[in-house]
Amino acid sequence: MSALFAILFYVATLLLVVGLLYRIRTYAGTPAPLKIPTTPAPTTTGGVVLRMTREVVFFESLFKANLWTWGLGWLFHASLVLVLLRHLRYFTEPVWGWVAFIQPFGIYAGITMLFGLCGLWARRLFVERIRYISTPSDHLMLLLLIAIAASGLMMQFVAHTDVIAVKGYFQGLMHLSVQPLPADAILVLHLLSVVILMAIFPVSKLLHAPGVFFSPTRNQKDDPREKRHIAAWAKQLESEN
Amino acid sequence: MADITAPAYRIIPIIPALKPGAMEGKGPFVASDKINEAIGFPGQLVEDWHDRAIAKMGELLGKYRSLKVFMDACVHCGACSDKCHYFIGTQDPKNMPVARQDLMRSVYRRYFTLPGKVFPKLVGARDLTREVLDEWHNYFHQCSECRRCSVFCPYGIDTAEVTMAAREILDTVGYGQKYSNEIIGKVHKIGNNLGLPGPALKDTLEGLEEDVKEATGIDVRFPIDVKGAEVLLITPSADFFAEPHIDSLIGYAKVFHATGTSWTLSSMSSEAGNFGMFIGNYEQLRKIALRIRQAALELGVKRIVVGECGHAWRVAYSFWNTLSGVGEGADPNDQFAQMLQKQLDHRYRQPSHICEFTWDMIEQGALSFDREANDKHIITFHDSCNVARGSSMGGYPGGQFDIPRNIIKAVANNFVEMAPNTTREQTFCCGGGGGLLTDDLLDLRVKGALPRMEVLQQVADEHGVNFMATICAICKAQFTKVMPIYGFDRKMVGGVHQLVSNAIKLGDK
Repeated sequence: MSALFAILFYVATLLLVVGLLYRIRTYAGTPAPLKIPTTPAPTTTGGVVLRMTREVVFFESLFKANLWTWGLGWLFHASLVLVLLRHLRYFTEPVWGWVAFIQPFGIYAGITMLFGLCGLWARRLFVERIRYISTPSDHLMLLLLIAIAASGLMMQFVAHTDVIAVKGYFQGLMHLSVQPLPADAILVLHLLSVVILMAIFPVSKLLHAPGVFFSPTRNQKDDPREKRHIAAWAKQLESEN
Repeated sequence: MADITAPAYRIIPIIPALKPGAMEGKGPFVASDKINEAIGFPGQLVEDWHDRAIAKMGELLGKYRSLKVFMDACVHCGACSDKCHYFIGTQDPKNMPVARQDLMRSVYRRYFTLPGKVFPKLVGARDLTREVLDEWHNYFHQCSECRRCSVFCPYGIDTAEVTMAAREILDTVGYGQKYSNEIIGKVHKIGNNLGLPGPALKDTLEGLEEDVKEATGIDVRFPIDVKGAEVLLITPSADFFAEPHIDSLIGYAKVFHATGTSWTLSSMSSEAGNFGMFIGNYEQLRKIALRIRQAALELGVKRIVVGECGHAWRVAYSFWNTLSGVGEGADPNDQFAQMLQKQLDHRYRQPSHICEFTWDMIEQGALSFDREANDKHIITFHDSCNVARGSSMGGYPGGQFDIPRNIIKAVANNFVEMAPNTTREQTFCCGGGGGLLTDDLLDLRVKGALPRMEVLQQVADEHGVNFMATICAICKAQFTKVMPIYGFDRKMVGGVHQLVSNAIKLGDK
């Protein structure tokens, strides 16, 4: 099983990295022929950076849209960041000081992450409009994240796993050597869910993470009168006649 | 038409329950062979529409980053789901912005993504069938491209971009919309959306000079095709004869007169509107915009000013520099743009909105007003969607909200705002924008006006508002038509420059 997971993790990592790089290259390489920022929009690069930061860190637009979705969504994402940072302890030796410092917060974040996810799922199940627009994959994605959070919390609060061995396993993977992985059912569920999440990232709606940075309505400067903006394919039309 | 009634106001504007299928089969007329062929589209639905549509979609995904990112990024969070005026008015779930996008996204997933190819049901992917194509024609013509949903989307997904792409694909396979395509044909043939030929236009302008002379005793000119004039005014053709539009045209002329500005209209390019944007076709958008460039070059004007028209101002402000070089800041080697930009006077913003022009003049003290002339009006201002969310004024974010309001306050004493979640960037479309201002969509237009009518009723009841000013030809035409159905007087709607016209003092300066 240790070997199986080693293969799974290598493949999933490869899919995640190559898939994301490919996507990002496609987004970056696709022209934006017209200026379409949603106005009022900043007129300077600094202003755009600020707008994007507010969007990515505070979910500004979602805040305007719906306080429930914003609250639950932000809680989930902020918690996820803390949880991910907490997990750095499995990949660093010696563990960096600040990673050690946030360990307890990371545990609470696991709980708030689960809470946020359940709230979002309840919304998807019980609000008529949101239920209407949900596809099976929308539900399964939440279920997958809930499985990750719940199994992680269970190893903390219900059935401990040998975290020293888990760390040894991942340290090994980082140096291309397969160490023994504890054979706990919950750990297997946890790791398997993570592998699936990594693998589907570049082909699913999780692309909203890189996508937001390439969204022309948010990342364009509002200066169309001051500077001529023209895509290569559009410029070509000018030489044709 | 007799059976079209206004929907009831919501007691507290709550989110309506879904009525699936409420607007099925309520789409617009399909363009005829003649209309389509006149602008280079196949006359009717082509044999191999399926393959051509998918090929076009692939092409657009490679040409427009917006479409590519927007197809991938949506997480179905529902932030936009209650923001569309057509959803609020019709309760048809396919009029929720996310559901409208999904009509295309489901096809995108099926043909362009791995999970959609392998597990279509799981990710909501669908084959492009004739039923799906019909659904596109129906629901992508129930979107006014107003961008309200894009304000609220955490990824900035703009349904207008998706609607434009869908309409572009429909046109490619010969399944376009009658109203928009017919109008585009008229612009190319005659020079304006209304099909008003040059001689008729000149007659109208002479008539206006006489009317103003009679009313004020002053010779206010409405010049046309004057070479060497300083300002070229590009205004929606509705301004030449429709009510209340014409009163704003008189207002612009009076402002030019009072400030001693030499100006001209162009008979060749007598249209600010650009329906090329509505159908999402870059070539049409560009071709229509080039008429303005040509007029500017031929007449040798130094400035280009745009009249009260919402989508025209979006095209002028955001796209003209790209499409036709009207603007500044082109590369020195960019001969196409430099040719025009060298001619224009860059002490002024190119192009300028008529409101920017008038407000500059007010700030410089070049205009004076008798505000009491507007005392019969208690005024509110309806922000037009394309001005609010697709353009700006005054060179700073939000100028598009302040400047028209500043003008109103300078020329009138009574001004009241409508509810804040329905104005400025959160304004509601009038219900007739985006190429939907046609009688075959009247039912949709009436329903789409609901959120605006609700808050207008509010200020009418609480503050006695009896005039709603706006700076868009489509808003004016739409409200004139639907407001009586809601029990308002059609004369309640008018332009900002109509108010300017009422109050401006001529002959003082």
